[in-house]
Amino acid sequence: MGLNVQFTTKENVLLVRLSGELDHHASEQLKKEWQLAIKEHGVKHVILNLEDLSFMDSSGLGVFLGRYKEIMQLGGEMVVCSISPAVKRLFDMSGLFKIIRLEESEEYALLRLGVA
Amino acid sequence: MKNKMNLDFSSVSSNEAFARVAVASFVTQLDPTMDELTELKTVVSEAVTNSIIHGYDNQPDQTIYISCTLEEDAIELIIKDEGVGIADIDEAVQPLYTSKPELERSGMGFTIMENFMDKVDVVSHPGEGTMVKLYKQLKKSKTLCN
Repeated sequence: MGLNVQFTTKENVLLVRLSGELDHHASEQLKKEWQLAIKEHGVKHVILNLEDLSFMDSSGLGVFLGRYKEIMQLGGEMVVCSISPAVKRLFDMSGLFKIIRLEESEEYALLRLGVA
Repeated sequence: MKNKMNLDFSSVSSNEAFARVAVASFVTQLDPTMDELTELKTVVSEAVTNSIIHGYDNQPDQTIYISCTLEEDAIELIIKDEGVGIADIDEAVQPLYTSKPELERSGMGFTIMENFMDKVDVVSHPGEGTMVKLYKQLKKSKTLCN
């Protein structure tokens, strides 16, 4: 089972929905597509919806941190939502919640960024 | 009774998923919880990824070895490569430490292994390779119906 990635935009927000498994193998392609999506759509903020992500390891943390840094430089914010307990443990362990805000759902994440 | 499984496979990243699913499928006979299974899959993924990226520097024609032993409710996992090895193990296992920041590695691999398993031993010699030994005791809190 691989990784499926869906990019959508809403105003200046890029919505990234991941489903399947995110490991080192999938992370390289994800990074390329994600960077392209940020550039192509000229967005400022990112919402990362992990509702259908069934597996993730530390490679995912690396990719998220990389995109966070790029979004930061654009003056934007990154919000993660609909996270499973297993993925949440990895975020907690790495301290990622100190820089990436967690919201319950995509709706709340959009509200948080002033887009609703 | 000891029950053992050995696996060797090429050092290509598409085998990361294969390795974790194979180990999970072998361990299933001990009837682990979903959380325990996720933890095991994650640590296999971490160790195999380390071997591919760091041990073999992404050379696809090398071999990674996994050995998994089940005894009662305990699991011993050995994940081994014959790659470059680690010069300073104490440094390598530090949270957030990565020797390859340019590859967007989080540096959390060993920290995750230590968190998800009961015991982690790393044996490594520069030029000879790295062996990660992981131990985990499954919880026996399964309800019995009489």
